[in-house]
Amino acid sequence: MFVPSVTNPIGDFVRNLVPQVTAYLPVAFQSETLDSVVAFLINAVICIIAVCAVNIGSAPILIYMERKVCAHVQCRLGPMRLGWHGTIQTIADVLKMLFKEVYAPSGADKLMFYTAPMIVLIAPFMVCALIPFSKDLVVADVSMGIPLIIAVNGFGVLGILLGGWSSNNKYSLLGALRSGAQIISYEISFAMILLFVVMISGSTNLMDITMSQQGTVFDWWIFKIPVLGFIAFILFFISSTAEMNRAPFDIAEAEQELTGGYHTEYNGTPFAMFYLAEYIALVTNSALATTCFLGGFHAPCIGIAAVDNVLNMVPGLVWFFGKVFFMIWCYMMVRWTFVRPRVDQLMDFEWKFLLPVNLVLLTAGAAWIAISG
Amino acid sequence: MQESSSFIPYIKRYLKRCITGPWSLLCGLSVTFKYFIDPRRIVTEQYPENRKTLKMHPRYRGRLEMIEDADGNNHCTACGMCERACPNASINVLSTKNIAGKKVLGRYVYHFASCTQCGLCVEACPFGAIRMNQDFEVATTDPNTLEMILNKKEGQG
Ligand code: SF4
Ligand code: SF4
Repeated sequence: MFVPSVTNPIGDFVRNLVPQVTAYLPVAFQSETLDSVVAFLINAVICIIAVCAVNIGSAPILIYMERKVCAHVQCRLGPMRLGWHGTIQTIADVLKMLFKEVYAPSGADKLMFYTAPMIVLIAPFMVCALIPFSKDLVVADVSMGIPLIIAVNGFGVLGILLGGWSSNNKYSLLGALRSGAQIISYEISFAMILLFVVMISGSTNLMDITMSQQGTVFDWWIFKIPVLGFIAFILFFISSTAEMNRAPFDIAEAEQELTGGYHTEYNGTPFAMFYLAEYIALVTNSALATTCFLGGFHAPCIGIAAVDNVLNMVPGLVWFFGKVFFMIWCYMMVRWTFVRPRVDQLMDFEWKFLLPVNLVLLTAGAAWIAISG
Repeated sequence: MQESSSFIPYIKRYLKRCITGPWSLLCGLSVTFKYFIDPRRIVTEQYPENRKTLKMHPRYRGRLEMIEDADGNNHCTACGMCERACPNASINVLSTKNIAGKKVLGRYVYHFASCTQCGLCVEACPFGAIRMNQDFEVATTDPNTLEMILNKKEGQG
């Protein structure tokens, strides 16, 4: 009982250690079941800590990276004063945020107001648990990975809607409603692209999807299927940008129109949680793109044995995070280059362009599978 | 028939926009990518640290000053055009008469406190006698220093 489908060295170590420790206990406490339950709980705590570390640890790095990328795109330098090239700046900002007084507007629904940021955080944390970071590094290796991700992503919009609704502010409400409409629309494209990946790789398990791309660069789903893979990747990029409420699809925040959107009334720690959720969503979406299209933790082998051996010596975790940060950089370049469309243009784009293209893509993918066998 | 004749151009336009739209986005991305990788494009100055080497841009308008040659002679004829051009009366051209009875510049009084550094006086001067210099560290604790007399010598021009 409680034996995971993907074993990894840390988990095995804990499972071996627990019986050794319990051997010193009175005989009444010694049983196979108890050992496995204790080992399972210890492993679960380790997993929770690991997921939190990845998520919360990456947020300051991403905030720093975003500020630097945005600055250099705009011919500026970005933070330079605190620490070497402003590296400590983000930590100072986070500390400032945490020490601020937390208060809600007088007409706000306090319970909803304070639960909303937590609900927003659920989605990225749960998705992070499903991502295979390396051959033996995955918290939950569930067989229905992709449908679970699609389902869990809905929590994000729930939190945003609650936050906007309970703030008792018309800007927040407008932002939340816009965001709800946007995410629900783009969720369809998002799900369809993931379905396309499921269709061609023949599995909904993220580990299996990664393993199906083993080999050289040309076995990654973005290149393996002639043009379709690349189109699917671009469509995934667009719909995931919209999913994350990032510019150019950030009509939920739209500072110029809505003074900040759904988090207008938030400050201090709750605001930091919204902010955190946004950046963790960036990591998880990039990780998803990496897993589904860029070969996950596989090294970018090019088919020449000598080069491939060197590349394979680097652990999968490094390749994975390298690809994830490349994706994040792409998201950032797009964010700081493109202008925000109007709300109606955004909806037009989804329902009149993205969705039909997605349907065509699904059909073409099915045809490709039928032809190539 | 009416519909089909307008339908084909519509489809053509639609397909054309499917090409030109992404192309224009790519052009935008290439510009930002160039900015991103090229450190020479950065315009930010690290001001207090690079104070010794900082050079202002030639178009910067600092304090008003009089163009003088090595001996301190200027070109001002006390015509008063700059005084009239100034939108907030920051200039008083006080003229005198020289021995020959000709109107010459006595004192050129400049109220830096009310000057907005708009540069209209420089444009108005028909003799090119004044210019905006590059000073930017002009803060002071004594308001009296903001009333200046720009000309060193009287009765030139
Ligand atoms: S720069 Fe403008 S405000 Fe200043 S003295 Fe000249 S005209 Fe007047
Ligand atoms: S500075 Fe120029 S415009 Fe002003 S009084 Fe002298 S000559 Fe005339």
